[in-house]
Amino acid sequence: MTAPLDVSGAEYEAAPEAVLDASQAKAIQGRSLGQIAWMRLKRDKVALTGAGVVIFLILVAVFAPLIVGWIGHPPTDFNQDLISSETMAPKDGTGIGWDHLFGVEPVNGRDIFSRIVYGARISLLIAFLATLLSVVIGTVLGVTAGYVGGWVDSVISKAMDVFLAFPILVFAIALAGIVPDSAFGLSGDALRVSLLVFIIGFFNWPYIGRIMRGQTLSLREREFVDAARSLGARGPYIIFREMLPNLVAPILVYSTLLIPSNILFEAALSFLGVGVRPPTPTWGGMLSDAVRFYTIPHFMFFPGMAIFITVLAFNLLGDGLRDALDPRAR
Amino acid sequence: MVTYIIRRLIWGVFMLAIVSVITFAIFFLVPRLTGATSESLASRYVGRTASAQQVKVAAEKLGFNDPLIVQYGRFAKGIVTGADYDYGPGVERCPAPCFGYSFLTRLPVWPDLLNRLPVTLSLALGAAVLWLIAGVATGVLSALKRGSVFDRAAMGIALAGVSLPIFFTGIVSLVLFSYGRPLAITAPGGSFTPFFDNPAQWAYNLILPWITLAFLYAAGYARLTRSGMLETMNEDYIRTARAKGLAERVVVFKHGLRGALTPILTIFGLDLGLLMGGAVLTESTFSLPGIGKYAIDAITNQDLPKVMGVTLVAAFFVVVANLVVDLLYAVVDPRVRLA
Repeated sequence: MTAPLDVSGAEYEAAPEAVLDASQAKAIQGRSLGQIAWMRLKRDKVALTGAGVVIFLILVAVFAPLIVGWIGHPPTDFNQDLISSETMAPKDGTGIGWDHLFGVEPVNGRDIFSRIVYGARISLLIAFLATLLSVVIGTVLGVTAGYVGGWVDSVISKAMDVFLAFPILVFAIALAGIVPDSAFGLSGDALRVSLLVFIIGFFNWPYIGRIMRGQTLSLREREFVDAARSLGARGPYIIFREMLPNLVAPILVYSTLLIPSNILFEAALSFLGVGVRPPTPTWGGMLSDAVRFYTIPHFMFFPGMAIFITVLAFNLLGDGLRDALDPRAR
Repeated sequence: MVTYIIRRLIWGVFMLAIVSVITFAIFFLVPRLTGATSESLASRYVGRTASAQQVKVAAEKLGFNDPLIVQYGRFAKGIVTGADYDYGPGVERCPAPCFGYSFLTRLPVWPDLLNRLPVTLSLALGAAVLWLIAGVATGVLSALKRGSVFDRAAMGIALAGVSLPIFFTGIVSLVLFSYGRPLAITAPGGSFTPFFDNPAQWAYNLILPWITLAFLYAAGYARLTRSGMLETMNEDYIRTARAKGLAERVVVFKHGLRGALTPILTIFGLDLGLLMGGAVLTESTFSLPGIGKYAIDAITNQDLPKVMGVTLVAAFFVVVANLVVDLLYAVVDPRVRLA
C-alpha cells in the first residue's frame, strides 16, 4: 500500500492569481543577448582581469601628464647626475628607487617610468585609431559586398584577397620610411601618428571585412530580414535597422582582438626605427635602444613587459568577449 | 584541374601586376604627394655634391618630368628587360630583372638580394618545420585532452606566446643563452654560414633564431589547431567513423586531423611566403644578414631603391605562396576545383 499523497502545506494551497503571475514572471524573465553575454562575461574571471588591466592602461594613458607630474620626472629630461661617467650605466646599477620607480636609462638618465607611461599614450592611441579605421572600412565594404552581391561582391572580395596577400610589414616600413618629417600640412608627432594609423588601419581592414561579409551573407537569408522586406522596407532600413544591430557583437569581438595585433605592429615599426620619432617615448623605440645595453637588463625589461601585459590583457578580454557573445566558438 | 591551374596562374600574374603598381606608387607617387620635386628625387641619384644644374639634367634624363604612366611603364619594363639609368655624367646599367639600382653603392639591387636569399630561406624554412610540428602536435593533444592540466598549461603558454613581440623574446633569449648571462651556448647572432660549407655551423648559428621565431608561430598554430580539432571532432562523420569500429588513432589522424589541417595549410603557406620575403623583425633582432635586415639597413641609409627591391621580392614570394596553397588545396579538397 502506498501512503496517500499529502496535499497539505502552503505550496498546494490555491494562491491568488497575482501571486502566481509574479512567481512565473520571475521564472521566465526575458533576457536580451547583451544581458546574457554580460552574465557570461561576469563569470569569466580571466576576461574580467583582462578588462580591468585594459581600463587601468587607458586611464594611465589619458592621465599620463598628471601621473608623471605627481610621481615622476618629465620623460625627456636628462638626469646625468645619476649616470656613471665611466660605464654610462646608472651609478647604482638601475637607478630604481622611490624617485625613479622603474630606474633610469643608461647614458642620459631619462626616467623609465614616465617614458613607459607616455609610451602607453602613443601605443594605445595608434592602436585604437587604426582599429577604428579598419573597422569602418571593413564594415562598410564587407556589408556592401555581402548585401549587394553580384559583381560588387566579387570586386570587393578579390580586393580583400589582394590585401591579405601583401607583405604588410615590408610595405609599412617602406611607406613609413619614405614620408619626410613634414607633409600634408602636418609635422612631428602628429604626422607620424596619423601616418602610422593610416598604414596599420588601411592594411588590416580585410580581416574585419571578410567577417562582416560572411555575417551579412548569412543574415540576409534570415526570416526577420524577409519579414522586413515583405513589409516594404528598403535597403538602407534593412542594413541599418535590421542587420547592423546583429553585427555589433562580431564587430566588438574582432575590434578587441585587432587592437593587440595593432599594438604589436606599432611596437614593431617603432623598434625598426620607422615609428614615431624620438625623443617622443614609444615602447618599441625603448626596446630598440635597450638592445645595445643588454648588460643593463631593467632597461629592456620594462618596455618589453609593458607591451606584453598590454597585448595579453586585450587578448584575454577579446577571447572572453568572443566566448560570451558567441557560445559556439571556443 | 588544368583549367583550375590556368585560372590560378592568370590570377597570380594579375596579382604581381597590382603589386608592382602599388610598389611604384609607394616609391614614386608618395614622395610627390609629400612635396618632393623632380629635382629632389633626382638628387638622390647624383649625390649631394652635385650642382643645381647637374640635378636638373639628371631629373630630365632619368625621366622624373614625364607623366606618371610613362614612368610606370619604364619601371615595369625595367623589371622584365633591365634598365639603363642615364643620370648625366654617366650611364649605369641595371640588368634584368631590374629590381632597382642603388646609387649610394653604385650596384644593382637584385644580385645583393640573391646573395642574402639563402640566409632568409634557411631561417624561414628551419623555423617553419619546428613550428608546424610543435604547433600542430600541441594543438591536437590539447583538443583531445580538453580541460586537462596539459591543455590549460599549453593554451596559457600559447596565449602568452602570441602576446610577446619577437624582438623582445629575441633579445631576452640572446641575453640568456648567448651573451653568457647565465649561458653562452648558442651563437651570438650576426653570423651566417652557408649550409653547404658547414652544416653543423649553419645550424649552430641559426638555432636560437629558429626557436624564437618558431615559438611565436607555434603558439598561434596550437590555438588554431586546437579549435579546428574541437570543431571537426564534433562532426557527424567522426561519429560514423567511430561507429564503424575504426581504431581511435585512425579516427583522430585520418578523419579528424585531415579536416582540421586544411585551414592550417592555407595560413602556413601565407606565413612562409611572408617570411621568405624577409623576416624583418627576426633578422634585425639577431643581426642576420638576410633580406629583411637589408631592407632595414637601407631605410636607415635612405637608400630607397634597395627597399623597393625587397618590397617587390617579398610580394613575389607571397604571390607564389598563394598560388602553391591554392593548388595544394585543390589536391587536398576536391570540392575546390569545382568552384
